[in-house]
Amino acid sequence: MGKHVLLVEDELNIIEAIRFLLTREGFQVDTHSNGTDASETVRALKPDLVVLDVMLPGKSGFDILEELRGHEQTADLPVLMLTARGQSRDREMAEKAGVSRFMTKPFSNAEVLTAVRDLLYVHQKKG
Amino acid sequence: MTSVNILIAVCLAYVSILFLVAFIAERAGTQGRGDWLLRSPLVYTLSLSIYCTAWTFYGAVGNAARSGLEYVTIYLGPSLVILGWWWILRRLVRIGRSHKVTSIADLISSRFGKSNTLAIVVTIMAVITVTPYIALQLQSVTLSLSFFAAAEQGVDVSTIDAEAAAFWIAVGLAVFTVLFGTRNLNVNERHHGVVIAVAVEAVVKLLALLAVGFFVVWGLAGGISETLARIDASDLGRWQTDSSRWATLTFLSAAAFLCLPRMFQVMIVENDDERHLQIASWAFPLYLMLMSLFVVPIAVIGLDVLPEGSNPDLFVLSLPLSEGREGLAMLSFLGGFSSATSMVIVATLALSTMVSNHLVMPVFLYRHRDGASQSGDVRETVILARRLSIMGIISLGYVYYKMSGGSGALTAIGLISFAGVAQFLPAMIGGILWRGATRYGALSGLIIGFVLWVFTMLLPSFGPGAVLSAETFETGLLGLGLLRPQALFGIEGLDPMVHAVFWSLLLNVSAFVAVSLFTFPNPMERLQGAQFVNVFEHSGQARGWNASVAESEDLMIMAQRILGAQEARHLFASQARAQGLTGSLPEPTPDFLQRLERELAGSVGAATAHAMISQIVGGTSVSVHDLMAVADESAQMLEYSSKLEAQSRELSQTAAQLREANTKLVQLSAQKDEFLSQISHELRTPMTSIRSFSEILRDTKGMGPIEKAKYANIIHVEAIRLTRLLNDLLDLSVLENGQVTLNKQTGTLSELLDRALATAQASSSRDLKINRRHVNETIMLDTDLDRLSQVFINLITNAQKYCAAPHPELTIEVNDLGGVISIDFLDNGLGIPKDARELLFEKFSRIGAQDSNGAGLGLAICREIMSRLGGDITYLAQAKGTAFRVVLPQSKALAAQ
Repeated sequence: MGKHVLLVEDELNIIEAIRFLLTREGFQVDTHSNGTDASETVRALKPDLVVLDVMLPGKSGFDILEELRGHEQTADLPVLMLTARGQSRDREMAEKAGVSRFMTKPFSNAEVLTAVRDLLYVHQKKG
Repeated sequence: MTSVNILIAVCLAYVSILFLVAFIAERAGTQGRGDWLLRSPLVYTLSLSIYCTAWTFYGAVGNAARSGLEYVTIYLGPSLVILGWWWILRRLVRIGRSHKVTSIADLISSRFGKSNTLAIVVTIMAVITVTPYIALQLQSVTLSLSFFAAAEQGVDVSTIDAEAAAFWIAVGLAVFTVLFGTRNLNVNERHHGVVIAVAVEAVVKLLALLAVGFFVVWGLAGGISETLARIDASDLGRWQTDSSRWATLTFLSAAAFLCLPRMFQVMIVENDDERHLQIASWAFPLYLMLMSLFVVPIAVIGLDVLPEGSNPDLFVLSLPLSEGREGLAMLSFLGGFSSATSMVIVATLALSTMVSNHLVMPVFLYRHRDGASQSGDVRETVILARRLSIMGIISLGYVYYKMSGGSGALTAIGLISFAGVAQFLPAMIGGILWRGATRYGALSGLIIGFVLWVFTMLLPSFGPGAVLSAETFETGLLGLGLLRPQALFGIEGLDPMVHAVFWSLLLNVSAFVAVSLFTFPNPMERLQGAQFVNVFEHSGQARGWNASVAESEDLMIMAQRILGAQEARHLFASQARAQGLTGSLPEPTPDFLQRLERELAGSVGAATAHAMISQIVGGTSVSVHDLMAVADESAQMLEYSSKLEAQSRELSQTAAQLREANTKLVQLSAQKDEFLSQISHELRTPMTSIRSFSEILRDTKGMGPIEKAKYANIIHVEAIRLTRLLNDLLDLSVLENGQVTLNKQTGTLSELLDRALATAQASSSRDLKINRRHVNETIMLDTDLDRLSQVFINLITNAQKYCAAPHPELTIEVNDLGGVISIDFLDNGLGIPKDARELLFEKFSRIGAQDSNGAGLGLAICREIMSRLGGDITYLAQAKGTAFRVVLPQSKALAAQ
């Protein structure tokens, strides 16, 4: 059974693309498309990794990340953050909030896969 | 031979004439007549001639016969002062007048905070220093009288018993001065009678000396050329001139001219008009020149003609007498008598003023604290004090005459006085020019200078063995070699006079400056110092109150008006407490009035405060000058405050503008950042899908045709989205920058709506029911129809996309609102949440981000377009669903038919 990845993203086409990529590599992928109850969903589904968008309806990715880090269960959960805003300030905010890896859209598929594998591998070794 | 009795009779007659002149002048003065003479610069200049006493009348010739041209220095000093130091004199006169100064003691004490100690010290010093001078007059009159007596009896002068004569002359002078000087009590008033008598005497002594001179040159020598020849032949020109003595003498006579109490009296206290100084500045040197014109001829001829051993001090008398010119000798005697009496009168007058004001009255007032309010008592006391001091001062002169043996040369005695009064110079000049001078500085300088003068000049003048023992002269005070009276600190070989002046003034000035620098003036000193030093900047008004008639209640009422009731009550009560009174109203003492004036000045300005108090005190009525000052002050204050107000208004306006600009800049900067982030997001999102799926298509082997088609379609849709986004951005940018050119066309609203609906529905698969009332739509439009259509399409498309009703409907309503027409687009959805409405027309604002195709630029573009077309687009809050209203001005819409 592959590792469990939760994708929190509101752009349908991007969900489609990432799901395709990760499923093809053998990961088990769930998706969630609004920010309001994202951190509850994470705690409920207990994924091995979260891929998190920044601009989400209801709640921003930064706030969700802070909620995750503030919760015991998800404090160490690897989070890969994706954003289309692309300002350096966003990267700083993400790092401050405790992101595991930060990537700017558009990305190459290979990059995303490498990042996901790295995060899961490092996390596994640590855990 | 003129008998001494006739001489005395002539003197009495002369004095009676002087009395008459003085009496008439005084009467005229009080009646305001004869001002052309009494207050003329001529009389002022002549009165200054009391500088020329018997010492100069007799002594100048004596000095010339003994020491050559040295006598010139005595005339040189005053001439230099009045010509070159005119500005100092003017300053002194202005201070004297504005502060109602009565004497030099008053001036110095007043300058240094009205210090009583200083007044007493200066008074005592003045009495002691002037005493030899009075003795000098006594000696000269005695000498001249004895000379006549000796001539009458045909014996030598030295055999005459001069002491008895001197005593009776002293008594006569005292009576004379008492009668002259104390008829009139008020020293603040000027003594017009005395001044005019002095002026008459000035004329007499000048005429007498000139007459003797003419007689000597033309009667004895036989003309000018012969006189000059005899002068050349004499020893006079060969006298050694000691330059240090010359410089010292010139300086001393200059200092004495300023500091002698009698000079201060006529020059400053009796001055009627500052401008008189200008005339005196050339007329007085001229008078001095005439006085000295025949000094050398008389001395030379006297030495030639008269027997060896004749007293050169008496050449003026003995020369005419030796030739049997008794009338001329009599005139000459009267000249000398005039010189002596005028000096004694004015000098004792000035001194008695100081003594009674600064020594007697303070003691009297202290001992009669309760009775002092009865003015009669005080007037009597003052007159008595004056008369007693006059007698006392002349007695002192007599005692000095007796002690010094009546033998010294006139010049030497005069110089002792000069050096004594010169000690006042540092405190006086320093006081009016230097604000930093303090009372302790003045006091130390005066005392040190005075002590040194006494030790090095006054006491030695009695001769070795009289006061100071001969050993003291030889080995110094207490056997200390450094303290020899004529060789202080081991400096020997100087002329005793130069030595004394040098040391006393050097240490006087040093102490004055050093102590002043190390002490701080008290507030009163500061105030007075500032007024004295800046006398020309201050108004000519005397600042001092003399009010016994002032009503404290009136003052209270006025003060309440200006300071406010509470403050005024507080001030008055505290002052009353300070005065030791139980009530809440203080006595209107000068101090209190001055304090009150200062308080009021803080509120209404100095000139106003002064005018207000003088109105109530009544002592001085408000002058036009005061009122002008009030007006000036108020105008300046008004102008200043309105200027300040304008400035502060301007400043706060600028500050507000700056704040506004700053806020705007911050907002703009945040907007720009946000805008860039938004654009970035809108561009990157479709690009992400495109890149990702293109890679998937490229890299995935064995993909089925259905999947391939699906992914290719996603790429296609996203590429279109990108294109549309770029178009919108460009469109908006063009609209916002106002670079758009409107393409005006005409058409009906109905047709335009038809076209818009067709276009919108073609690009959407979603069903939307449209409700229209075509009747109202028959409106002719004359505007950019394409742009307007763009707005309509946008609104219809939004309804298609976002209307959440199960059976979405859109109602289009057209209304004529009078002046404008409105086109409303209402759907049956949920409407837009209240908090989101504000941002509705902003760029990139999206209500719910579910639909990924809109970048949030549509409504922003609509708003820009409507604003270009002269209309507007708004959200209708009162509608149930989502509702937009497009408004067009009537002018753009022509009614069909």
